[in-house]
Amino acid sequence: MSAFREAIAEAAGLIVRADADFLEIVALSAQVTGLAVLIACAIGFPLGALLAVGRFRGRGALSLAVSAAMGLPPVVVGLVLYMLLSRAGPLGVLGLLYTPTAMVIAQVVLVTPIIAALTRQVVEDLDAEYSETLRALRATRAQAMGTLLWEARPALVTAALAGLGRAMAEVGAVMIVGGNIDHLTRVMTTAIALETSRGELALALALGIVLLVASLAINAALMGLRQRIGEPAHG
Amino acid sequence: MAERRVIPLSRPEPPNAEPGIAISGLHLSRSGRALLRGVSLTLGHTGITALLGPNGAGKSLLLRAIAGIIPPDAGEINLAPRLAHPALVFQKPVLLRRSARANLAHALKLAGVPRAARPARISDLLEQCDLTALAASPARSLSGGEQQRLAMARALAGDPALLLLDEPTASLDPKATAAIEAITLRAAGRGVKVILVTHDRAQAERLAGDVVFLHKGRAVEHAPAPRFFSTPASAEAQAYLEGRLIL
Ligand SMILES: Nc1ncnc2c1ncn2[C@@H]1O[C@H](COP(=O)(O)OP(=O)(O)O)[C@@H](O)[C@H]1O
Ligand SMILES: [Mg+2]
Repeated sequence: MSAFREAIAEAAGLIVRADADFLEIVALSAQVTGLAVLIACAIGFPLGALLAVGRFRGRGALSLAVSAAMGLPPVVVGLVLYMLLSRAGPLGVLGLLYTPTAMVIAQVVLVTPIIAALTRQVVEDLDAEYSETLRALRATRAQAMGTLLWEARPALVTAALAGLGRAMAEVGAVMIVGGNIDHLTRVMTTAIALETSRGELALALALGIVLLVASLAINAALMGLRQRIGEPAHG
Repeated sequence: MAERRVIPLSRPEPPNAEPGIAISGLHLSRSGRALLRGVSLTLGHTGITALLGPNGAGKSLLLRAIAGIIPPDAGEINLAPRLAHPALVFQKPVLLRRSARANLAHALKLAGVPRAARPARISDLLEQCDLTALAASPARSLSGGEQQRLAMARALAGDPALLLLDEPTASLDPKATAAIEAITLRAAGRGVKVILVTHDRAQAERLAGDVVFLHKGRAVEHAPAPRFFSTPASAEAQAYLEGRLIL
């Protein structure tokens, strides 16, 4: 018991002292996750809108693929990316394996389907309300998509936050393609897994607290936004 | 009634002029039901045409077909080049979740009005529809009447020569209705052709120069408004005007 109490005290110390190693890991996590979610939004928003209102062959199949990809097991994504990026793999020449870039790619693969699927749902609902009006205003399909995305912006923020939550908590894929290398590719989740297995609970606990607070904050923001979206006259 | 005389109901047109709107043999079915069954109509370049008929007669479908937002299964709709880009207003306006001004800016953008020309147009449209004081208000927070005035302003943004109104005042109180009617009359006074679907006989009498009576997907009567209301030719229109239920 006293070992645990010691670990908790030490974890608090790490946070209060703003320990350099601890901060480095938190910062890398924030960078990798933030960048991945930004890229996933840049792909997922237009992709979702296209799936909602686009008219092209294979839309149904693509929609199905996106939905299915939402449930991809992260370790499998990690494994496939590992095979693609490893020295012998087709993208081996890029030398990306065990770099933060590889981790960003893995998270983009995991998060984009979530954001695209949520976007598709929101834009579809809005389209039911707006399509006649937009056609009457002679909007082109691209203009209609742009208008619907802009109208959907509060819901798109929630989609981005949902993606952020998943990316931040993810461990399997970034472990495989990042390698959990100290000072290079060690992020919060992989550090927690490693430190815990080594019995070094202090750093694991300190990082766990940061992760917990961040995910609570994301969920609070989500709830707040949902309430605002529920109101009839926003913006 | 007095106001009606101010409006040129039908501009003097050169003899043998092409009609403004020529509809012939229009058919439309949905899920095996014939909803428009051979509508043929010829309408002028200007003036207000009221489209009357019982619920489910196909008035809204006909208006959407004229607007070009639903393709007919058979038949033709020919609009004079001047009328080729109609604007449409629905009973329930769907406004963007932005300010009144931004709604108009959006419509002007879609209409291809250059950015530099938009502010002046917006001021003009707000003025026309008595919305200047509400320019910055979120559109969705406006009252029903204000929202419909904004929908009218938005429809006029592209400077259409043909304005299609689908029961624009059906959910409004008398004051808001009068405001929409005034905007409609002013547009018609500038030479805009208006087709107005309405359930309100008195409104048709106030505004329309001619009346088309639609029944079960057919245009059963088309006559100048005074004649239609005094001596309707078809049994269906007689029954409708007498308030008898026709099915
Ligand atoms: N998309 C559709 N599919 C099937 N039936 C429709 C559709 N749109 C309209 N209808 C039917 O067509 C008929 C005419 O509709 P509408 O033009 O809206 O009538 P109204 O004269 O009251 O405006 C109604 O019976 C309506 O139920
Ligand atoms: Mg109708």
